[in-house]
Amino acid sequence: MIRDITLGQYYPAESPIHRLDPRVKITATLLFIIELFIVDNFPGFAICAAVLGAVILVSRVPLKFIMRGMKPILFILFFTFALNIFMVKGEVIWELGFLHITKEGIRIAVFMAVRLVLLIMGSSMLTLATKPLNLTDGMERMLSPFAKLGFPAHEIAMMMTIALRFIPTLLEETDKIMKAQQARGADFESGNIIRRAKALIPVLVPLFVSAFRIAQDLAMAMEARCYRGGSGRTRLHEMKLKTRDIVAFILEAAFLVLIILEARYF
Amino acid sequence: MPIKVTKLTHVYDEGMPTEQVALEDVSFQVEDGEILGIIGHTGSGKSTLLQHLDGLLKPNSGSIIIGDTDITKPGVSLVEIRKRVGLVFQYPEYQLFEETVEKDVAYGPGNLGLSQEEIDERVREAIALVGLDFEKIKDRSPFELSGGQKRAVAIAGVIAMRPQVLILDEPTAGLDPRTHEDILNMIRTIHDRTGNMIILVSHNMGDIASLADKVLVMDSGRAIACGTPLEIFSAADKLREVGLDLPPVTEFCQKLGIPGTVLTTDEAVQKIKEFIGA
Repeated sequence: MIRDITLGQYYPAESPIHRLDPRVKITATLLFIIELFIVDNFPGFAICAAVLGAVILVSRVPLKFIMRGMKPILFILFFTFALNIFMVKGEVIWELGFLHITKEGIRIAVFMAVRLVLLIMGSSMLTLATKPLNLTDGMERMLSPFAKLGFPAHEIAMMMTIALRFIPTLLEETDKIMKAQQARGADFESGNIIRRAKALIPVLVPLFVSAFRIAQDLAMAMEARCYRGGSGRTRLHEMKLKTRDIVAFILEAAFLVLIILEARYF
Repeated sequence: MPIKVTKLTHVYDEGMPTEQVALEDVSFQVEDGEILGIIGHTGSGKSTLLQHLDGLLKPNSGSIIIGDTDITKPGVSLVEIRKRVGLVFQYPEYQLFEETVEKDVAYGPGNLGLSQEEIDERVREAIALVGLDFEKIKDRSPFELSGGQKRAVAIAGVIAMRPQVLILDEPTAGLDPRTHEDILNMIRTIHDRTGNMIILVSHNMGDIASLADKVLVMDSGRAIACGTPLEIFSAADKLREVGLDLPPVTEFCQKLGIPGTVLTTDEAVQKIKEFIGA
């Protein structure tokens, strides 16, 4: 049951997108998000969708896998859609009591829904095609100029790396403790919400104890290997931009210019 | 209450690329009052098998008949299984959560829906059975006890449910020799007092040889042998093939050239005396 939860969902595959430098991919994702907010008409979205489609195709991540990640946001999607369709004022085309649907309402509802779907699919491509560790490495490098201003880039990246690393460990631990308490007759599946919340105490207390124990062990193991923060630290895999990264970067820039022109002149 | 396991098969993540057969056609039988030892190297399916016996996992096929009930059938309530079978997981001390030892041991019986008097009586009995002083320990926090005491309290938490079958998954893992011996003696005491069936998984061949009436050998999800310790430990080559070994005392006597299979230290002392006396 608890094994089904996928977090930091990475889809392992051999593709040019997977091989790109994480910094290029992070930039591309940020630009894509900005572009989605520059776009103010449907042809613009069509261009964005085509580019995203091409990226998905090249990355060899199955569409089904991406769609599975969309499930949790379906509710938000329907909610914004419903709000927009009923709330926007304009030329009324359908009415029932206090509810009315306007032409502008439909336009804006569809517009927002498309933007939201593209936004989520686009940003999930980043985590799907980049190993979590590369991602945090990339972030660390991108934030490192701010370290001179006192921004703890290395520390934040290390915290994220550790958090990602221990998600599966803690899930496994939770599974184990839940089973042990079930063996002592715990029932997590019946009763009202208060009963169910109470039933989780026997899981949460041992889980916290385990988490602190794991954290302490890790701190000790890191100190034993002379970890002393980010200053003067070298790395095993130096990040160097290759030709393909530069090509990808130029394509990104071209895409941005195209979107700005499209939004301005159409 | 006898247990009969027939053709038990379990597959993790069926139909996924990570599909893994954890149990394959496992069949064996344990009689009432017996101590069954299960041995097998890491990943041979022992823990998966135990979780099936406690109803925590459902098999893909096969049946587990405990007494007169097939617990793999849908509709068998978990409470019914809990009343029959008590499972103590590996490192059970990590499941302690209450403020006091007394409350923690009372958690299991409380879940069975018993009366307060009944619960109190069972808690008292269970704590005594694991060799702890009820009056001294009942109000202490389980988190401030020593490692061995924590484990004893965790085992008491399962015993307090008065299962007719007690299952222990590596109950002596990670303990010092003294505590190790304490836990073994505790298992003997529980068995003597209740006369119930005990199923024990262990990597310590010596423990299995001295405690078990019957030994089940697991290898890559299959039960490859089941018999008395004497039968199992007489086939040394077969055991080594699946990554297991003989109890140290058995191997020692074998190397000395003593005929037959020796299982315990006492037995060895006697045989060696005969051997050099002759």
